[in-house]
Amino acid sequence: MIEFALDEGSGVATYLQLAQQVRQALRLGMLEPGERLPTAQQVVARLAINPNTVLKAYRELEREGLVRARPGQGTFVLRALPGTDPAVQARFLASMTGWLRSARAAGLGPDDVEAIYHTAFRDCFAEGVA
Amino acid sequence: MSTVIETRGLGKKYGRRWALRDCTLAIPAGQVVGLVGPNGAGKSTLLHLAVGLRTPTLGVITVFGGRPADSPAQLGRAGFVAQDTPVYARLSVADHLRMGAWLNPDWDGELAARRIERLGLDPHQRAGSLSGGQRAQLALTLAIAKRPGLLILDEPVASLDPLARREFLQDLMEIVAEHEVSVVLSSHLIADLERVCDYLVVLIASQVQLAGEVSELLAEHRRLSGPRRDPGRLPASQEIVEETHTDKQSLLLIRTSEPILDPAWAVTPVSVEDLVLAYMRRAGSAGGARRPGLEVVS
Repeated sequence: MIEFALDEGSGVATYLQLAQQVRQALRLGMLEPGERLPTAQQVVARLAINPNTVLKAYRELEREGLVRARPGQGTFVLRALPGTDPAVQARFLASMTGWLRSARAAGLGPDDVEAIYHTAFRDCFAEGVA
Repeated sequence: MSTVIETRGLGKKYGRRWALRDCTLAIPAGQVVGLVGPNGAGKSTLLHLAVGLRTPTLGVITVFGGRPADSPAQLGRAGFVAQDTPVYARLSVADHLRMGAWLNPDWDGELAARRIERLGLDPHQRAGSLSGGQRAQLALTLAIAKRPGLLILDEPVASLDPLARREFLQDLMEIVAEHEVSVVLSSHLIADLERVCDYLVVLIASQVQLAGEVSELLAEHRRLSGPRRDPGRLPASQEIVEETHTDKQSLLLIRTSEPILDPAWAVTPVSVEDLVLAYMRRAGSAGGARRPGLEVVS
């Protein structure tokens, strides 16, 4: 069973934070198919948040086909999220490192790089909450 | 959307002073609704009118479609926890429950007894010697054991320490999880509201300045910072809530449902607290003049 934690005042809606934490747990293998998510009551008792918020997060995950609610029993994990292939990760790490080296050689500092990264990221993912 | 509370042109005058004036709003059912606003906005007056403790000077207020406190049945539909959760200091906890049973036709004695036991309250203890947190829990027990469809709480946690506050809100959320009850809760503690509410109403000088689902409000508001720019040249889909400019830089809080494409802006999300403060400042800088509501909840 996973435990949720909240980042208060982050400006990210609570239900999105919960859904994100479930996805992360699925990706890391901390949650497996067939496992039950905490009930709304259990999450409420721990975090003092609105039960509707928990249900909203679970509905979102259900829409994505990751979990299914069984009436009277709870919400269960349907499938794991595949982690990214290590070889693919290594490839992108290498090309990113190369890019950063050339940026530094061109005189860009960490802040410049961060600003460029955020702009490019935003263009690419068009505001989607990552 | 079905509503629990609706008002039209609602006004209440104490002596020569209007505590609430020309207030028109609709509060949705089945949600936990946070009511925020500066002191004097009329929040308490509105809640007192909703439970029928006061009668309107002007206008109309309905709760579940009927006049508040019009009949015993209507009285039973709203449970109320007043500011600072008052109880009768000389009566014991058990006396409070007995009184609740006498006064309320639909009193759920079992629910009340179960709660008192779970909260670890001694039934023989006088309410006057309870801690602030325990007093609040007792007041909430009385309000919920009448099995209302709507629970109204006026600043219930203002005087509690952080731990007691968290426990109270947790308890309230467990009640919401167990029973089908709508909740309207006023508070200055916006961080608390962000946790527990799914709908927010910002009331300033009797007017609704902002209303909507918390998750949608968060999704629609963004802070933009970038090189100085003429705000008149922003896309029409971006409504400016707040703006600050230096000679080089512009800092904006905007509301939009469209993605922000301009690469010159650094875009960050806005917390509920910052959001509420921005709307309060905006209403304040309108010179205290009464502005029409930006949005009427429907």
